[in-house]
Amino acid sequence: MKILVSVKRVIDYNVKVRVKSDQSAVDLTNVKMSMNPFCEIAVEEAIRLKEKGVASEVVVVSVGSKSCQETLRTAMALGADRAIQVEAEDGLDSLSVAKLIAKVAQEEAADLVIMGKQAIDSDNNQTGQMVAALLDYPQATFASEIVIENGEAQVTREIDGGLQTLAITLPAVVTTDLRLNEPRFASLPNIMKAKKKPLDVKTSADLGVEVGSNVSIVSVTPPPQRAGGIKVGSVAELVDKLKNEAKVVS
Amino acid sequence: MSVLIIAEHDNKSLKPATLNTVTAATQIDADVHVLVVGFECQTVVEQASQVAGVSKVLVADNAAYEHQLAENVSKLVVEIAGDYGHILAPATTTGKNTLPRVAALLNVAQLSDVIKVESADTFVRPIYAGNAIATVKTTDPVKVLTVRATGFDAAASTGGSAERQVLSQVIASDRSRFVKEQLAESDRPELTAANVIISGGRGMGNGDNFKLLEGIADKLGAAIGASRAAVDAGFVPNDLQVGQTGKTVAPDLYIAVGISGAIQHLAGMKDSKVIVAINKDEDAPIFQVADYGLVADLFDAVPELEKSL
Repeated sequence: MKILVSVKRVIDYNVKVRVKSDQSAVDLTNVKMSMNPFCEIAVEEAIRLKEKGVASEVVVVSVGSKSCQETLRTAMALGADRAIQVEAEDGLDSLSVAKLIAKVAQEEAADLVIMGKQAIDSDNNQTGQMVAALLDYPQATFASEIVIENGEAQVTREIDGGLQTLAITLPAVVTTDLRLNEPRFASLPNIMKAKKKPLDVKTSADLGVEVGSNVSIVSVTPPPQRAGGIKVGSVAELVDKLKNEAKVVS
Repeated sequence: MSVLIIAEHDNKSLKPATLNTVTAATQIDADVHVLVVGFECQTVVEQASQVAGVSKVLVADNAAYEHQLAENVSKLVVEIAGDYGHILAPATTTGKNTLPRVAALLNVAQLSDVIKVESADTFVRPIYAGNAIATVKTTDPVKVLTVRATGFDAAASTGGSAERQVLSQVIASDRSRFVKEQLAESDRPELTAANVIISGGRGMGNGDNFKLLEGIADKLGAAIGASRAAVDAGFVPNDLQVGQTGKTVAPDLYIAVGISGAIQHLAGMKDSKVIVAINKDEDAPIFQVADYGLVADLFDAVPELEKSL
């Protein structure tokens, strides 16, 4: 069984986000970039499936400028077998990315596509579902457990209010939620080995996919700041304030 | 053109997030239709037809739709999409699961977690976990959006009298099958619908100590939440998580107990009307957003608070 995992290079989750003064975008100059945390979980799950002997090959794909090769190398250091960079401008919209990944999944004849449920920059939570729709594959989003058996994936999903388990026939798309696994760290020998693993570069033209979007950014602004309140000295004072000042407790 | 909303429901009742989505829809166009896809969901249809501002309720009631599998619902929505300029769903796990599929099949973009309608083609949505706010304009022929409930007031659940239309199409994928569901059973309100929330963080120390919050929750009719740190530490299940990677809430009163106030948590609760923080670390960032901060050991303050309410 072949698994395709998509990874996205995003601003590191520990970095404080600042908006550019012209309000055109978030400032990414000289900011630490890392693999999107949900994509790390996707890579880890694919590697575990390979270690269990369920998967035979893990291919990792990223859509973006040359710098995303670094993210692909990281994925290979973690255990992916080979990588494909789809050369494109950074910040392509979800539908374009989904079309490119869908095409790669088809060309690779991947049995399972594992993707992060969302990227922590655009916070869209769309691409996996879109890939599934474009390929007419079944999907299981927000996975916290994946069991592969008899050409089927039994996936436990984190839904509002609890958990839901679906059985989907392969080929299929699964997107990862936080509790699916705890990703490993790459060891130094594996980082060195990853440099020798194959990395192909393709363009949207190679894949025969037209990219573009009808959505444009009008502005990006910092969120309104909440004015800090006061410190109270005791529980009694707190209760008094809640009852008589804020009037949220009767 | 009319706006179509995919109703959030469990075949028994219409979920409140649908009402907030109706308000968003009425800001786009006066003609708002609600689609109820489910099985034996007649009470949901009744409730949806009474929502103020809804002119039509479309019903697809079939066993194939019992669990609202994205594969089936998305194709059904696409079949009727031609009549609509906008297709909306609440930004719940159900809406987020289904709507991107609809958008991809229609070959249009989807805008996620819309918190404000500027005009029929311009919308506001948070990005970077709410650390930046993007205003975006779309010229797609059909605009597909998920709506964050906390961004809009709820429409009145009564006062409307929508006409009904039955959809007879049955779309049943044989490649996706419901196996089981384990829903947390609780008499308390759902996190995203609660007027009062009391949340615990890593400072709670362990899962047993979350019982300390229950007394206050019972007295105030509150839901219980948690920070990601408390979830990661295994104190409580993930469905209690408030934050960027969990649920976004905006209750009238949010009480944060033993929560330091990581950006990831603030992203999920900073729109609450009144925020109370109880933490023994006076430098905890949570105090920067709290209306009322109490620097105290939670194991003293929480029982005392319960007694004084």
